[in-house]
Amino acid sequence: MTGPRTARLLFAVGAGGIGLVFVLAVLRLPGFGQPHHPYGARAVAAAVAQHTANAVGSVTFDQRGFDTMGEEFILFAAALAALLLLRQLRSEEEAAGQRHDYGPEDVFAGVRLMGFVMLPVTLLVGGYVVVHGAISPGGGFQGGVVLATGLHLAYLAGDFRTLERLRPLPVLDVTEAMGAATYTIVGFAALASGAGFLANVLPHGRLTDLMSSGTVPLLNVAVGAEVGSAVVLILAKFLEQALTKDRRAEA
Amino acid sequence: MFAVLPYLAAGWIFLIGCYGLATSRNLVHAVVSLAVVQSSTYLLLLAVGWKRDATAPVFGDISPGAPVVDPIVQALTLTDIVVGATVSALLLALTIQVAKRHGTIDPEEIRSLEQDSGDDDGQ
Repeated sequence: MTGPRTARLLFAVGAGGIGLVFVLAVLRLPGFGQPHHPYGARAVAAAVAQHTANAVGSVTFDQRGFDTMGEEFILFAAALAALLLLRQLRSEEEAAGQRHDYGPEDVFAGVRLMGFVMLPVTLLVGGYVVVHGAISPGGGFQGGVVLATGLHLAYLAGDFRTLERLRPLPVLDVTEAMGAATYTIVGFAALASGAGFLANVLPHGRLTDLMSSGTVPLLNVAVGAEVGSAVVLILAKFLEQALTKDRRAEA
Repeated sequence: MFAVLPYLAAGWIFLIGCYGLATSRNLVHAVVSLAVVQSSTYLLLLAVGWKRDATAPVFGDISPGAPVVDPIVQALTLTDIVVGATVSALLLALTIQVAKRHGTIDPEEIRSLEQDSGDDDGQ
Protein backbone atom coordinates (compact mmCIF):
# COMPACT_ATOMS: atom_id res chain seq x y z
CA MET A 1 0.00 0.00 0.00
CA THR A 2 1.19 3.53 -0.61
CA GLY A 3 2.02 5.20 2.68
CA PRO A 4 1.37 8.89 3.31
CA ARG A 5 5.05 9.56 2.60
CA THR A 6 4.95 7.98 -0.85
CA ALA A 7 1.65 9.74 -1.56
CA ARG A 8 3.25 13.10 -0.77
CA LEU A 9 6.26 12.30 -2.93
CA LEU A 10 4.06 11.27 -5.86
CA PHE A 11 2.01 14.42 -5.37
CA ALA A 12 5.14 16.60 -5.36
CA VAL A 13 6.28 15.11 -8.68
CA GLY A 14 2.84 15.52 -10.31
CA ALA A 15 2.24 18.98 -8.90
CA GLY A 16 5.70 20.09 -10.03
CA GLY A 17 4.93 18.96 -13.57
CA ILE A 18 1.49 20.58 -13.66
CA GLY A 19 2.87 23.76 -12.07
CA LEU A 20 5.65 24.02 -14.64
CA VAL A 21 3.31 23.57 -17.61
CA PHE A 22 0.77 25.95 -16.06
CA VAL A 23 3.36 28.71 -15.53
CA LEU A 24 4.63 28.31 -19.11
CA ALA A 25 1.03 28.59 -20.40
CA VAL A 26 0.18 31.58 -18.20
CA LEU A 27 3.23 33.56 -19.39
CA ARG A 28 1.73 33.55 -22.91
CA LEU A 29 -1.75 34.66 -21.77
CA PRO A 30 -2.93 38.24 -22.43
CA GLY A 31 -1.96 40.32 -19.38
CA PHE A 32 -4.28 40.78 -16.41
CA GLY A 33 -6.61 43.77 -16.89
CA GLN A 34 -5.78 44.28 -20.59
CA PRO A 35 -8.43 46.23 -22.55
CA HIS A 36 -9.15 43.84 -25.46
CA HIS A 37 -12.01 41.42 -24.84
CA PRO A 38 -13.48 40.66 -28.28
CA TYR A 39 -16.02 38.08 -27.02
CA GLY A 40 -16.98 40.23 -24.06
CA ALA A 41 -17.52 43.30 -26.26
CA ARG A 42 -19.79 41.31 -28.60
CA ALA A 43 -21.75 39.80 -25.70
CA VAL A 44 -22.27 43.26 -24.18
CA ALA A 45 -23.45 44.65 -27.53
CA ALA A 46 -25.88 41.72 -27.93
CA ALA A 47 -27.20 42.22 -24.37
CA VAL A 48 -27.87 45.91 -25.00
CA ALA A 49 -29.52 45.08 -28.34
CA GLN A 50 -31.89 42.70 -26.48
CA HIS A 51 -32.55 45.43 -23.85
CA THR A 52 -31.12 43.28 -21.06
CA ALA A 53 -29.40 45.53 -18.52
CA ASN A 54 -27.66 42.60 -16.78
CA ALA A 55 -25.22 41.41 -19.44
CA VAL A 56 -24.34 38.31 -17.40
CA GLY A 57 -28.04 37.40 -17.29
CA SER A 58 -28.28 37.97 -21.03
CA VAL A 59 -25.35 35.61 -21.66
CA THR A 60 -26.77 33.00 -19.31
CA PHE A 61 -30.45 32.99 -20.33
CA ASP A 62 -30.52 34.48 -23.82
CA GLN A 63 -27.25 34.12 -25.72
CA ARG A 64 -26.47 30.69 -24.34
CA GLY A 65 -29.87 29.76 -22.94
CA PHE A 66 -29.59 26.23 -24.29
CA ASP A 67 -26.40 25.60 -22.29
CA THR A 68 -28.15 26.88 -19.18
CA MET A 69 -30.94 24.38 -19.81
CA GLY A 70 -28.31 21.65 -19.70
CA GLU A 71 -26.92 23.15 -16.51
CA GLU A 72 -30.40 23.22 -15.01
CA PHE A 73 -30.84 19.53 -15.74
CA ILE A 74 -27.43 18.77 -14.22
CA LEU A 75 -28.76 20.41 -11.07
CA PHE A 76 -32.03 18.49 -11.35
CA ALA A 77 -30.29 15.14 -11.83
CA ALA A 78 -27.80 15.78 -9.03
CA ALA A 79 -30.58 16.78 -6.62
CA LEU A 80 -32.49 13.65 -7.57
CA ALA A 81 -29.42 11.47 -7.04
CA ALA A 82 -28.67 13.08 -3.66
CA LEU A 83 -32.27 12.53 -2.54
CA LEU A 84 -32.14 8.88 -3.63
CA LEU A 85 -28.85 8.30 -1.83
CA LEU A 86 -30.13 9.87 1.37
CA ARG A 87 -33.52 8.17 1.26
CA GLN A 88 -32.47 4.83 2.69
CA LEU A 89 -32.13 5.86 6.30
CA ARG A 90 -35.60 7.37 6.28
CA SER A 91 -37.16 4.04 5.32
CA GLU A 92 -35.05 2.28 7.94
CA GLU A 93 -36.28 4.67 10.60
CA GLU A 94 -39.88 4.30 9.55
CA ALA A 95 -39.57 0.53 9.54
CA ALA A 96 -38.43 0.75 13.15
CA GLY A 97 -41.59 2.74 13.95
CA GLN A 98 -39.71 5.92 14.92
CA ARG A 99 -40.90 9.41 14.09
CA HIS A 100 -39.11 12.71 13.80
CA ASP A 101 -40.23 15.00 16.55
CA TYR A 102 -38.22 18.08 17.42
CA GLY A 103 -39.44 21.09 19.34
CA PRO A 104 -37.74 24.42 19.95
CA GLU A 105 -34.09 23.99 20.83
CA ASP A 106 -32.35 25.79 23.66
CA VAL A 107 -30.69 28.75 21.90
CA PHE A 108 -29.97 32.35 22.84
CA ALA A 109 -33.10 34.51 22.81
CA GLY A 110 -31.23 37.04 20.66
CA VAL A 111 -30.34 34.40 18.07
CA ARG A 112 -33.95 33.24 18.00
CA LEU A 113 -35.26 36.78 17.64
CA MET A 114 -32.79 37.64 14.87
CA GLY A 115 -33.63 34.39 13.09
CA PHE A 116 -37.32 35.14 12.98
CA VAL A 117 -36.85 38.85 12.17
CA MET A 118 -34.45 38.14 9.34
CA LEU A 119 -36.43 35.21 7.91
CA PRO A 120 -39.12 37.23 6.09
CA VAL A 121 -36.58 39.91 5.13
CA THR A 122 -34.28 37.30 3.58
CA LEU A 123 -37.16 35.67 1.70
CA LEU A 124 -38.14 39.09 0.35
CA VAL A 125 -34.55 39.76 -0.76
CA GLY A 126 -34.43 36.33 -2.42
CA GLY A 127 -37.63 37.02 -4.35
CA TYR A 128 -36.30 40.45 -5.33
CA VAL A 129 -33.02 38.99 -6.61
CA VAL A 130 -34.90 36.40 -8.70
CA VAL A 131 -37.39 38.84 -10.23
CA HIS A 132 -34.82 41.58 -10.95
CA GLY A 133 -32.34 39.13 -12.49
CA ALA A 134 -32.55 40.78 -15.91
CA ILE A 135 -31.82 44.32 -14.76
CA SER A 136 -29.56 44.05 -11.69
CA PRO A 137 -26.89 41.65 -10.46
CA GLY A 138 -28.40 38.32 -9.49
CA GLY A 139 -30.96 36.08 -11.10
CA GLY A 140 -32.64 32.72 -10.68
CA PHE A 141 -29.62 30.75 -9.46
CA GLN A 142 -28.49 33.32 -6.90
CA GLY A 143 -32.00 34.26 -5.73
CA GLY A 144 -33.01 30.60 -5.42
CA VAL A 145 -30.12 29.96 -3.05
CA VAL A 146 -31.01 33.07 -1.01
CA LEU A 147 -34.63 31.86 -0.73
CA ALA A 148 -33.57 28.39 0.40
CA THR A 149 -31.07 29.83 2.90
CA GLY A 150 -33.67 32.25 4.26
CA LEU A 151 -36.00 29.39 5.16
CA HIS A 152 -33.25 27.71 7.15
CA LEU A 153 -32.94 30.74 9.44
CA ALA A 154 -35.82 29.02 11.27
CA TYR A 155 -33.47 26.08 11.86
CA LEU A 156 -30.70 28.39 13.09
CA ALA A 157 -33.23 29.96 15.44
CA GLY A 158 -33.54 26.47 16.91
CA ASP A 159 -37.04 25.63 15.74
CA PHE A 160 -37.07 22.59 13.48
CA ARG A 161 -40.86 22.29 13.66
CA THR A 162 -41.40 25.77 12.24
CA LEU A 163 -38.95 24.94 9.46
CA GLU A 164 -40.94 21.78 8.68
CA ARG A 165 -44.15 23.82 8.50
CA LEU A 166 -42.49 26.45 6.29
CA ARG A 167 -41.32 23.93 3.72
CA PRO A 168 -43.96 21.41 2.66
CA LEU A 169 -41.63 18.91 0.96
CA PRO A 170 -44.20 17.33 -1.41
CA VAL A 171 -45.07 20.82 -2.72
CA LEU A 172 -41.37 21.58 -3.23
CA ASP A 173 -40.92 18.26 -5.07
CA VAL A 174 -43.52 19.45 -7.57
CA THR A 175 -42.13 23.02 -7.69
CA GLU A 176 -38.66 21.73 -8.54
CA ALA A 177 -39.96 19.64 -11.43
CA MET A 178 -42.22 22.49 -12.57
CA GLY A 179 -39.25 24.89 -12.66
CA ALA A 180 -37.27 22.55 -14.89
CA ALA A 181 -40.34 21.91 -17.07
CA THR A 182 -41.15 25.63 -17.43
CA TYR A 183 -37.67 26.31 -18.80
CA THR A 184 -38.15 23.64 -21.47
CA ILE A 185 -41.69 24.82 -22.24
CA VAL A 186 -40.45 28.39 -22.82
CA GLY A 187 -37.95 26.92 -25.26
CA PHE A 188 -40.60 24.97 -27.16
CA ALA A 189 -42.98 27.95 -27.13
CA ALA A 190 -40.33 29.96 -28.99
CA LEU A 191 -39.98 27.06 -31.42
CA ALA A 192 -43.75 26.96 -31.96
CA SER A 193 -43.80 30.70 -32.69
CA GLY A 194 -41.51 30.07 -35.67
CA ALA A 195 -38.20 31.14 -34.08
CA GLY A 196 -35.40 28.90 -32.82
CA PHE A 197 -35.47 26.86 -29.61
CA LEU A 198 -35.25 29.24 -26.59
CA ALA A 199 -35.08 32.25 -28.93
CA ASN A 200 -35.99 35.48 -27.15
CA VAL A 201 -39.35 36.03 -28.87
CA LEU A 202 -41.16 38.15 -26.25
CA PRO A 203 -41.20 41.97 -26.57
CA HIS A 204 -37.91 43.37 -25.25
CA GLY A 205 -39.35 46.42 -23.49
CA ARG A 206 -37.17 49.34 -22.35
CA LEU A 207 -33.67 48.85 -20.96
CA THR A 208 -33.75 48.68 -17.09
CA ASP A 209 -37.55 48.24 -16.94
CA LEU A 210 -38.64 45.35 -14.71
CA MET A 211 -40.52 43.79 -17.61
CA SER A 212 -37.75 44.21 -20.16
CA SER A 213 -35.48 41.73 -22.00
CA GLY A 214 -38.20 39.32 -23.17
CA THR A 215 -37.93 35.75 -21.90
CA VAL A 216 -35.04 36.40 -19.49
CA PRO A 217 -37.20 37.26 -16.42
CA LEU A 218 -39.45 34.27 -17.13
CA LEU A 219 -36.48 31.89 -17.28
CA ASN A 220 -35.06 33.52 -14.13
CA VAL A 221 -38.25 32.75 -12.21
CA ALA A 222 -38.30 29.15 -13.52
CA VAL A 223 -34.67 28.64 -12.46
CA GLY A 224 -35.27 30.39 -9.13
CA ALA A 225 -38.14 28.03 -8.32
CA GLU A 226 -36.09 25.00 -9.27
CA VAL A 227 -32.88 25.99 -7.47
CA GLY A 228 -34.69 27.11 -4.32
CA SER A 229 -36.71 23.88 -4.10
CA ALA A 230 -33.71 21.66 -4.92
CA VAL A 231 -31.54 23.25 -2.21
CA VAL A 232 -34.32 22.99 0.39
CA LEU A 233 -35.00 19.33 -0.53
CA ILE A 234 -31.31 18.35 -0.34
CA LEU A 235 -30.77 20.22 2.95
CA ALA A 236 -33.95 18.61 4.34
CA LYS A 237 -32.48 15.16 3.69
CA PHE A 238 -29.13 16.09 5.23
CA LEU A 239 -30.84 17.58 8.30
CA GLU A 240 -32.95 14.45 8.66
CA GLN A 241 -29.78 12.34 8.66
CA ALA A 242 -28.11 14.56 11.25
CA LEU A 243 -31.14 14.69 13.54
CA THR A 244 -31.80 10.94 13.48
CA LYS A 245 -28.12 10.40 14.22
CA ASP A 246 -28.38 12.66 17.29
CA ARG A 247 -31.48 10.84 18.37
CA ARG A 248 -29.78 7.48 18.07
CA ALA A 249 -26.82 8.74 20.07
CA GLU A 250 -29.15 9.92 22.84
CA ALA A 251 -31.12 6.66 22.98
CA MET B 1 5.07 39.92 -13.14
CA PHE B 2 1.92 41.65 -11.96
CA ALA B 3 0.34 40.95 -15.37
CA VAL B 4 0.19 37.21 -14.58
CA LEU B 5 0.04 37.21 -10.77
CA PRO B 6 -3.75 36.49 -10.53
CA TYR B 7 -3.36 33.54 -12.92
CA LEU B 8 -0.51 32.18 -10.83
CA ALA B 9 -2.63 32.59 -7.69
CA ALA B 10 -5.35 30.50 -9.35
CA GLY B 11 -2.79 27.80 -10.17
CA TRP B 12 -1.51 27.87 -6.60
CA ILE B 13 -5.05 27.42 -5.19
CA PHE B 14 -5.56 24.53 -7.63
CA LEU B 15 -2.43 22.76 -6.42
CA ILE B 16 -3.24 23.38 -2.73
CA GLY B 17 -6.64 21.73 -3.31
CA CYS B 18 -4.97 18.82 -5.12
CA TYR B 19 -2.58 18.41 -2.19
CA GLY B 20 -5.58 18.18 0.13
CA LEU B 21 -7.18 15.55 -2.11
CA ALA B 22 -3.99 13.50 -2.41
CA THR B 23 -3.27 13.38 1.33
CA SER B 24 -6.84 13.34 2.66
CA ARG B 25 -7.65 10.94 5.51
CA ASN B 26 -11.31 11.99 5.70
CA LEU B 27 -13.87 11.98 2.91
CA VAL B 28 -15.54 15.20 4.10
CA HIS B 29 -12.11 16.85 4.02
CA ALA B 30 -11.67 15.48 0.49
CA VAL B 31 -14.97 17.05 -0.63
CA VAL B 32 -13.87 20.40 0.79
CA SER B 33 -10.49 20.02 -0.96
CA LEU B 34 -12.33 19.45 -4.22
CA ALA B 35 -14.30 22.66 -3.56
CA VAL B 36 -10.96 24.47 -3.15
CA VAL B 37 -9.79 23.05 -6.51
CA GLN B 38 -13.01 24.30 -8.10
CA SER B 39 -12.67 27.77 -6.60
CA SER B 40 -9.32 28.14 -8.39
CA THR B 41 -11.24 28.03 -11.68
CA TYR B 42 -13.52 30.87 -10.49
CA LEU B 43 -10.46 33.01 -9.86
CA LEU B 44 -8.89 32.08 -13.21
CA LEU B 45 -12.08 32.87 -15.16
CA LEU B 46 -12.70 36.18 -13.41
CA ALA B 47 -9.04 37.17 -13.80
CA VAL B 48 -9.20 36.46 -17.54
CA GLY B 49 -12.28 38.67 -17.89
CA TRP B 50 -11.08 41.64 -15.85
CA LYS B 51 -10.41 44.94 -17.58
CA ARG B 52 -8.64 47.89 -15.99
CA ASP B 53 -10.89 50.83 -15.02
CA ALA B 54 -14.02 48.91 -16.01
CA THR B 55 -17.03 48.11 -13.86
CA ALA B 56 -19.61 45.30 -13.57
CA PRO B 57 -21.46 44.48 -16.82
CA VAL B 58 -24.85 45.63 -15.50
CA PHE B 59 -26.37 48.72 -17.10
CA GLY B 60 -28.72 49.64 -14.27
CA ASP B 61 -26.86 52.79 -13.23
CA ILE B 62 -24.33 53.21 -16.04
CA SER B 63 -24.90 54.00 -19.66
CA PRO B 64 -24.51 51.18 -22.22
CA GLY B 65 -21.33 52.72 -23.66
CA ALA B 66 -19.36 52.56 -20.39
CA PRO B 67 -16.37 50.19 -20.14
CA VAL B 68 -17.37 46.94 -18.46
CA VAL B 69 -15.57 43.66 -17.72
CA ASP B 70 -16.21 40.52 -19.79
CA PRO B 71 -19.69 39.10 -18.94
CA ILE B 72 -19.06 35.73 -20.64
CA VAL B 73 -16.49 34.49 -18.12
CA GLN B 74 -18.77 35.69 -15.32
CA ALA B 75 -21.64 33.60 -16.71
CA LEU B 76 -19.23 30.65 -16.97
CA THR B 77 -18.23 31.19 -13.33
CA LEU B 78 -21.90 31.05 -12.40
CA THR B 79 -22.23 27.69 -14.18
CA ASP B 80 -19.06 26.55 -12.45
CA ILE B 81 -20.41 27.45 -9.00
CA VAL B 82 -23.77 25.73 -9.62
CA VAL B 83 -22.13 22.52 -10.83
CA GLY B 84 -19.61 22.69 -7.97
CA ALA B 85 -22.39 22.98 -5.39
CA THR B 86 -24.33 20.02 -6.82
CA VAL B 87 -21.18 17.88 -7.01
CA SER B 88 -20.42 18.69 -3.36
CA ALA B 89 -23.97 17.77 -2.30
CA LEU B 90 -23.79 14.50 -4.21
CA LEU B 91 -20.37 13.57 -2.80
CA LEU B 92 -21.46 14.39 0.75
CA ALA B 93 -24.53 12.18 0.29
CA LEU B 94 -22.20 9.39 -0.90
CA THR B 95 -20.00 10.01 2.13
CA ILE B 96 -22.99 9.44 4.43
CA GLN B 97 -23.67 6.16 2.64
CA VAL B 98 -20.01 5.13 3.00
CA ALA B 99 -20.09 5.98 6.70
CA LYS B 100 -23.21 3.87 7.18
CA ARG B 101 -21.81 0.94 5.24
CA HIS B 102 -18.26 0.85 6.56
CA GLY B 103 -18.43 2.81 9.80
CA THR B 104 -15.49 4.99 8.73
CA ILE B 105 -14.79 7.80 6.28
CA ASP B 106 -11.03 7.35 6.10
CA PRO B 107 -10.21 6.30 2.51
CA GLU B 108 -7.22 4.19 3.65
CA GLU B 109 -9.29 2.29 6.21
CA ILE B 110 -12.09 1.68 3.71
CA ARG B 111 -9.55 0.25 1.28
CA SER B 112 -8.15 -2.18 3.86
CA LEU B 113 -11.67 -3.13 5.02
CA GLU B 114 -12.58 -4.07 1.48
CA GLN B 115 -9.41 -6.11 1.07
CA ASP B 116 -10.02 -8.02 4.29
CA SER B 117 -13.67 -8.92 3.88
CA GLY B 118 -14.08 -9.00 0.11
CA ASP B 119 -17.66 -8.20 -0.81
CA ASP B 120 -19.40 -7.37 2.45
CA ASP B 121 -23.08 -7.91 3.05
CA GLY B 122 -24.04 -4.23 3.27
CA GLN B 123 -27.03 -3.10 5.31
